[in-house]
Amino acid sequence: MTNTRSIPEIQEEIVEDFAMLEEWPDKYEYLMNIGKQLPRLREEAYNEENKVRGCQSNVWMITRFEDGKIIFEGDSDALIVKGLVALLLKVFSNHSPDEILNADMGFLERIGLQAHLSATRNNGLSAMVKQIKFYALAYKAKMTA
Amino acid sequence: MTAIANTSSEKIQKQSKGFDVHALRQDFPILNSTIYGKPLIYFDNAATSQKPKAVIDRLVQYYEHENANIHRGVYHLSDLASNAYEGARDIVQKSINAAHKEEIIFVRGATEGINLVASSWGRTNLKAGDEVLISQMEHHANIVPWQLICEEKGAILKVIPVDENGELILSAFHKLLTEKTKFVSIVYVSNSIGTINPVKTIIESAHKFNIPVLVDACQAAPHLSIDVQELDCEFLVYSGHKIFAPTGIGVLYGKEHYLNAMPPYQSGGDMINIVTFEKTTFKEAPHKFEAGTPDISGAIGLGAAIEYINGIGRSNIHEYEETLLAHATQKLSEIDGLRIIGTAKNKIPVISFSIDGAHPMDIGTLLDFEGIAIRTGNHCTQPLLDRFGVSATCRASLAFYNTVEEIDFFADSLIKVIKKIKS
Repeated sequence: MTNTRSIPEIQEEIVEDFAMLEEWPDKYEYLMNIGKQLPRLREEAYNEENKVRGCQSNVWMITRFEDGKIIFEGDSDALIVKGLVALLLKVFSNHSPDEILNADMGFLERIGLQAHLSATRNNGLSAMVKQIKFYALAYKAKMTA
Repeated sequence: MTAIANTSSEKIQKQSKGFDVHALRQDFPILNSTIYGKPLIYFDNAATSQKPKAVIDRLVQYYEHENANIHRGVYHLSDLASNAYEGARDIVQKSINAAHKEEIIFVRGATEGINLVASSWGRTNLKAGDEVLISQMEHHANIVPWQLICEEKGAILKVIPVDENGELILSAFHKLLTEKTKFVSIVYVSNSIGTINPVKTIIESAHKFNIPVLVDACQAAPHLSIDVQELDCEFLVYSGHKIFAPTGIGVLYGKEHYLNAMPPYQSGGDMINIVTFEKTTFKEAPHKFEAGTPDISGAIGLGAAIEYINGIGRSNIHEYEETLLAHATQKLSEIDGLRIIGTAKNKIPVISFSIDGAHPMDIGTLLDFEGIAIRTGNHCTQPLLDRFGVSATCRASLAFYNTVEEIDFFADSLIKVIKKIKS
């Protein structure tokens, strides 16, 4: 699957999707549904090395580099977090390190998730975003080395 | 505990004479809240309890009419504050039947109380090769302070194991008690699975080796009567906020001769006799351990909370809570794929559970939309959950202001939520 749309375009689409869902339970149901569609990683990927630490649930994330773009794959044991992972993958996977590094994270605030997710869960979300940016930085360094 | 099927609220009303839960709920303003348009069902009482109007009003009264620093002023207002603060100490003393009021030290909470004993008693008395005995069901607050002092002193932390029902394995405890054991620090009631431990037996056994015992009574204090002379423990701690008092106040009970033989934990004002730059002499307990201006209003609020509980009656609360526990256990047991973690014979109304194919965090989040507050996660007891092979559970912890109707709504909502997650 090649991603022809830019990160801001995809973010805009997600913001619009969420705007249509008025109540918080609906937004979460939406998150869970996209979480349910996220395929499992290959079994050996569920290891300590790929784990992104959160307080309440576990997240695993793996990457590969293809044609100057980073492909992200991820999973979580909690469905809502899995939905968040799916959301982040939709935005960031299949983009160049520079695009990812320049991306604005404001879209999470615009869909209100940042504020709504309680502090502990939010830490997990921040950790995931940090991890994505970290990978972008690492691949960029590798490219220019 | 007897399991009661299809308990009706009238039956429960009848069983607990003079206990009118619907009237008592009116004492707690927050219980009238709505969350996402649904009435709040607060089932996270093991984390912290809600506060009755009597406690809230007492704090207002203090700040509007009695506020001054204590023990120092020569003026009337300071006397009022000092008397209220020391009056709270009397109330605490009486409530746990301590022999002397000097045995009651106000601390920030149980965590500070345990740290105080681990640091002050531990640093003075532990040496390399000594052993400190705790259990597998301790809260992290009764693990880490001992771990740190053991590391510092070269002492060894030993752990009483827990069986598949969530009860301490007493035969293992007896084997772990040796002449090397120097201290036992044990939880009275488990915060994550509700087990009531036979602390009196444990204390008696430890005393045969002259080993002092600290009891972590955080979850016992809101549900059980505590008598430190009958238990004969050397130390006991609990946090006020779990027994309907404000946050930031807690109690450390210590036998007088133990406290007076221990060095201060923190130092500063209000705990000294004479200060020169060469030497400082300290007051006796409790003041030796209450450096600086304490949480005056918190202590007074704690006194008000204890008086409020006394007004309802410990036995009334206990009887009612047993019916709540039986009903909740019954209702949850009927849910497909639900596993109750902790099935001890003696429990407080705390129920931990996991559900096949549904993560606790998802369950907790979706229940929130129904107005239901439960706790999910490891409840600061990772070693205990490891024992049961889970990394997180859902925990419903009840208080005397919860009702059978709330439990029924909770069980129905749980079924709905599981369906949503699994569909």
